[in-house]
Amino acid sequence: MPAPDTATLAKRDRIIAAMRAIVPGEGVISDADGLRPWESDGLTAYRQPPMLVVLPETVEQVSAVLRWCHAEGVRVVPRGSGTSLSGGALPLADAVLLGMGKFKRVLDIDYEDRIAVVQPGVTNLAITQAVEGKGFYYAPDPSSQIACSIGGNVAENSGGVHCLKYGLTTNNVLGVELVLIDGEVVRLGGRHLDPAGLDLLGVVVGSEGLLGVVTEVTVRILPRPETARAVLVGFPDAEQAGACVAQVIAEGIIPAGMEMMDKPAIHAAEAFVHAGYPLDVGALLIVEVDGPSAECDHLIGEIARIAQENGAVTTRVSEDEAQRMAFWAGRKAAFPAVGRISPDYYCMDGTIPRRQLPHVLRRMEELSAQYGLGVANVFHAGDGNLHPLILYDANVPGELDKAEAFGNDILRLCVEVGGVLTGEHGVGIEKRDLMPEMFTEADLKQQQRVKCAFDPKLLLNPGKVFPTLHRCAELGRMHVHRGALPFPELERF
Amino acid sequence: MLHPRDEQDLCEIVASAEATGARLELQGGGTRAGFGAPREVELVSLAAFAGVVDYDPAELVLTVRPATRLAEVQALVAGQGQMLAFEPWGEPASTIGGVVAAGVAGSRRVTAGSARDHLLGFRAVSGRGEGFVGGAKVVKNVTGYDLPKLMAGSWGRLGAMTELTLKVLPAPRETVTLVAEGLYPHAAHAAMACALGSNAEVSAAAHLARGITLLRVAGFAPSVGARCAALPGLLAEHCTLRLEEDAAALWAEAMAGTALKGAVRWQVHLPPRHAPALIAELAALGIDWAFDWGGARVWIGSDDEGTAVREAAARFGGEAMLVSAPAAMRARVSALPPRSAGVMALEARVRRAFDPVGLFATTRFAEDAHADQLPA
Repeated sequence: MPAPDTATLAKRDRIIAAMRAIVPGEGVISDADGLRPWESDGLTAYRQPPMLVVLPETVEQVSAVLRWCHAEGVRVVPRGSGTSLSGGALPLADAVLLGMGKFKRVLDIDYEDRIAVVQPGVTNLAITQAVEGKGFYYAPDPSSQIACSIGGNVAENSGGVHCLKYGLTTNNVLGVELVLIDGEVVRLGGRHLDPAGLDLLGVVVGSEGLLGVVTEVTVRILPRPETARAVLVGFPDAEQAGACVAQVIAEGIIPAGMEMMDKPAIHAAEAFVHAGYPLDVGALLIVEVDGPSAECDHLIGEIARIAQENGAVTTRVSEDEAQRMAFWAGRKAAFPAVGRISPDYYCMDGTIPRRQLPHVLRRMEELSAQYGLGVANVFHAGDGNLHPLILYDANVPGELDKAEAFGNDILRLCVEVGGVLTGEHGVGIEKRDLMPEMFTEADLKQQQRVKCAFDPKLLLNPGKVFPTLHRCAELGRMHVHRGALPFPELERF
Repeated sequence: MLHPRDEQDLCEIVASAEATGARLELQGGGTRAGFGAPREVELVSLAAFAGVVDYDPAELVLTVRPATRLAEVQALVAGQGQMLAFEPWGEPASTIGGVVAAGVAGSRRVTAGSARDHLLGFRAVSGRGEGFVGGAKVVKNVTGYDLPKLMAGSWGRLGAMTELTLKVLPAPRETVTLVAEGLYPHAAHAAMACALGSNAEVSAAAHLARGITLLRVAGFAPSVGARCAALPGLLAEHCTLRLEEDAAALWAEAMAGTALKGAVRWQVHLPPRHAPALIAELAALGIDWAFDWGGARVWIGSDDEGTAVREAAARFGGEAMLVSAPAAMRARVSALPPRSAGVMALEARVRRAFDPVGLFATTRFAEDAHADQLPA
């Protein structure tokens, strides 16, 4: 992380007083005991108590906090519910942690236009709960949906098991109200499709809190499918399961969800929730389809046929809702289940072209032997998003480092076969130093120039995403034409 | 017109334009050259950047060079039972780079997303004369900023794309159009909202001014059959539906607005609930019109060269893009609707991040000329 700024630390008392003047009452936390609960997010291997926590309740307060911090050169780390798995909301010793948890209201629901306008602290699941009475839901469903906030979903461009069919957050958000680091409030997008001009909303979604602070989100809501059915298929090995996935898609079927688990993950999950998973298979697929019941019946039949053609040894179709939920219970509990068989686990998030799955799994086995650490795999099979869970014990000296090195090798492998470092968890602090594996210096500088367009002093969430922090002036490479600067009316930094 | 052969040529063209102060306009098929103000520019043909780089249907990913004809791309993916789900449309010379840069989407956009939702990655040459990539070649990726979103719909103002990676999806095995006739705009909008809000999974909904409401039902045969059977009941209080065997021309009319009367054509995006009121308010201008996306897109044709359409769209929480008009009007009225001062300033800074001296900022868009004045 960037070294704490001693000048900022020296004026901590003045910063606290200024924040208290903007956010009165209990909205500013500065005592050591009070700060401790905020020291990490979902990536608990990294901990750092913030300089102070500010919990604004209004857009005006957010704007005033940012304006003051901008003027004073104080860093700000925005935080939603703190469920990031990549350390996106990890505090800094010299930064204000700006918690958006008090923005909890659903502002407007328009069923006719199929949109909901909500504050960023509303949880993902709460949006669905607010609209389900009328037969609607909000489609992206990250596993943390009971706790994660929609503001955090916007920052991370969160996915979920259904995103192959329904898209990520970016495909389901129509507009945001965004406070820039200098306190200016802008609205990007709105209540209609495809606004003209540059798609700034598109680049803000997934920007990991580096471009601005979202204070309102407009999302699309969808009519709840009439029905959903799932089929549970066991294969002798992952190669056959992968071939089955490829054929399902080749035959024109985009399932609502298509999840794969390898043998260690199946055993851990079965031991934990007793979902009735077969234990004599090398790979398990859960394929879910949703829509009109005529469609589900048809597709389940097709998928069962394709599974047989690819060597399935067990095929079970959900007969009712309870059975469908049982199929999912093991998959949804896979992370805690692995947590029971290992003191600690480290969750990776690369995406690969699916055809590379057998090769990547073989390489992972070799790496597992090389590092002497076990690995269990759960896999969003439809879109190639891998979640290898590396098993380690943080109390054994050196194991965390080994787990991280193993994880980095897995991500390098993902990039090497044509994939990416992160499919849905974000870069954050975790994968920051691996960015050059995927992007050249020119690519990264271009992304950082976008950062400079929003936050030229680099005050928002510094230390995340980018491995090297270039000053914006250094990236600008000013051009001088015939003695005159371009854009003479624009401020220079 | 300049004809770069490869990325190296493009970089050199940018470098030399930087030295001379020339403004560069990138051209694919040139079919949308009439969009925006008449202008003096150096045209850069991307014709050499054509052809398919990689297509793996099972991965749902297609990598293609920008000057590849749209029709060629559509035929290629159709041959594998797939489609570009945003349903881009254009004249025969339209290119894939052109439709993505213009953010063109068809009627399916209302349920499947726009060009921005299907551009996974790209390679481009920036206004610095540097090659760079954004995004990636897999369907699920959140590594770094989502620069493909910025490139889609940017009208070539951030850089010259030399390669695009698009998400493709299985094409529906069967597509059926149901039609209601004789509905007034309010009733047509209500019927479309009801259909799109139902779980009959209507993939597109449009309404033509002459009283033809179109609902598209697509998918596997048993599902299409069940949904077509359910829809008349779901919409019973709105209309009666019949099967339309020959709907292609009707959809083309709804998604491109090309059959509208009048020399001036606007594309209005707005909250769909206001679409009927918008056209009622503009009736005095003698407009022709069509609703697409359930009313979220309204095409308006007229002979009026004023900006009443743009002002009315703004009053209803939407915005109007001037798609085509006589040159004199295009010189006077910006193609793009105004945004707030804060957003315009932010856009200018983002453009500067890609194009520091404004090489790609032609006078096509008045806003660029104001924000990016090069010294004389």
